[in-house]
Amino acid sequence: MAYEMTEIRWHGRGGQGAKTAAQLVAQVAMGEGKCAQGFPEYGPERMGAPIRGFTRISDEKIRVHCPIERPDVVVVLDETLTSMPAVTEAADDATIFVVNTTRSPGEMAAKLGAAGVVYCVDATRISIDELGRPMPNTPMVGALIRATGCISMDAVKRDVEKKFLKKFGERVAEGNIRAIQRAFEEVQSS
Amino acid sequence: MHKQIALTGNDAGAEALKDVNPDVAAVFPITPQTELMHKFSSFAHDGVVETELIHVESEHSAQSACFGSAAAGARTITATSSQGLMLMAEICVLTASTRLPVVMPVVNRAISAPINIHCDHSDSMFCRDSGWIQLYCEDTQEVYDTVIQAFRIAEHPDVLLPVMVCLDGFIISHTMEGLEVIGPEATQKFVGPYDPAFSLLNTVDPISIGPLHLAEYYFECRRQMIEAMDNARRVIVEVGQEYGELTGRTYGHLERYRLDDAEVAIVAIGSTCGTAKVAADKMRENGIKAGVLRLRTFRPFPGEEIAEALCGVGAVAVMDRSVSYGLRGGPVFSEIRSFAGADAPPMISYIYGIGGRDVYTRDLEAIFEDLARIGRSGDCGEVYRYLGLRE
Repeated sequence: MAYEMTEIRWHGRGGQGAKTAAQLVAQVAMGEGKCAQGFPEYGPERMGAPIRGFTRISDEKIRVHCPIERPDVVVVLDETLTSMPAVTEAADDATIFVVNTTRSPGEMAAKLGAAGVVYCVDATRISIDELGRPMPNTPMVGALIRATGCISMDAVKRDVEKKFLKKFGERVAEGNIRAIQRAFEEVQSS
Repeated sequence: MHKQIALTGNDAGAEALKDVNPDVAAVFPITPQTELMHKFSSFAHDGVVETELIHVESEHSAQSACFGSAAAGARTITATSSQGLMLMAEICVLTASTRLPVVMPVVNRAISAPINIHCDHSDSMFCRDSGWIQLYCEDTQEVYDTVIQAFRIAEHPDVLLPVMVCLDGFIISHTMEGLEVIGPEATQKFVGPYDPAFSLLNTVDPISIGPLHLAEYYFECRRQMIEAMDNARRVIVEVGQEYGELTGRTYGHLERYRLDDAEVAIVAIGSTCGTAKVAADKMRENGIKAGVLRLRTFRPFPGEEIAEALCGVGAVAVMDRSVSYGLRGGPVFSEIRSFAGADAPPMISYIYGIGGRDVYTRDLEAIFEDLARIGRSGDCGEVYRYLGLRE
């Protein structure tokens, strides 16, 4: 690239909030003075179908308008997607994987055939504990922050509180913030 | 001074409409435009704007409601995509030829059949001879800025033509980016109050709208539209200049990106221009002097300015995201070439991105490399090409 840019590819199933997470991270990065883009895979979203989301973060204006081909980071919200070739597409030994799984980083690295660092966290368990239902997107943002530091923990908590409090109330806002914090603390790396 | 916020292209369009606070909006959903009017409807519902919403049962009705509202003298908007624009096309030509300055974001999407919800420019290009001004946006910032400027252009007494603000479906409409907004106060000061010369509701000095014009006057009506469209050439630049003085972001018909010393250039409209600029930067790192010419205005067509901007470039690729069947090359290519003089550079036509086929930086880098070869050898090879087509 002509300038430094972090490109994140999100894999999830329709309904898990991959699009929301991709845009949330972009929005928080912009709030921190960076340039960013957050967008879903263009097209109809269907509950349960594999979908992708994309986040770009840069210090300079982002002009490019196409899907991310060579991601620096791949975030997987649903373990059942890890057997799909799309998840490892265009990954190299510098690609960081952040996966929602009960497996260990070593096992997951072997399953993915990943040469780079693999971060694993049981985001489904965390979201059931903290939110009462499997909603892995916000804890995965916590795990992503631990893996990359692409945005700050304080900024994401402020943003989630502001947005979720208004839309869903205090219980959901607080639950999400706890989920983000727990995933940040519990994530393991290879 | 101005606020930076994160919005998708659809949200940016709704934000601009909110800041303008128009009198009447006709509302009907269609992918990928739906979110734009959804967001704007929330503003109306929450009392953020005083706009009267008309919930219609089709796009044909949406544009008909716009016609009636604008004829009554109200500042009027709607928005649509694809088949929605097809269905309202009959009324779109009435709006334009009755000289009603409606503003309409068009979220570009392929037209059926087969059904396809992704981006290409077939929908707005289908309406290129409808008498509407057409402005194409590269990113969400431009969507916001252009929607605001559209009111000034449309309502200018020398123009009085409706404006389509075109943005690429999904690629822009669903991408969240950072942009600066100027807020309702500055926007409304810039746009100014709407004071139409004629109103159907003026009972003191009543007029007829939409009368019968047979052979005696119809031709002259059309001549007046031609003149209005020519006047829009000047007005678009004046408004873009004035907007620049307010915001630091100046707009015209064209954007010349690293074009001054360019040996090879890509000409395009819409979001692909951003990707092409990144490709041009990479080419320059590799020693190929590449540039991009972005068309913001497609109607009125800035042919002379394009010819002048491309003069001195070694070889040019013109990108079309729509097809004109039976005419080789798309509308952008054909129209640019009709202005090319004897000293114009060799031009290649690329049809690309049809039905949402992705266009990556590397695709455009390959085009630049090929243009550099053409510049060296003088041999164009096949002029009419397809990018990313499986054959």
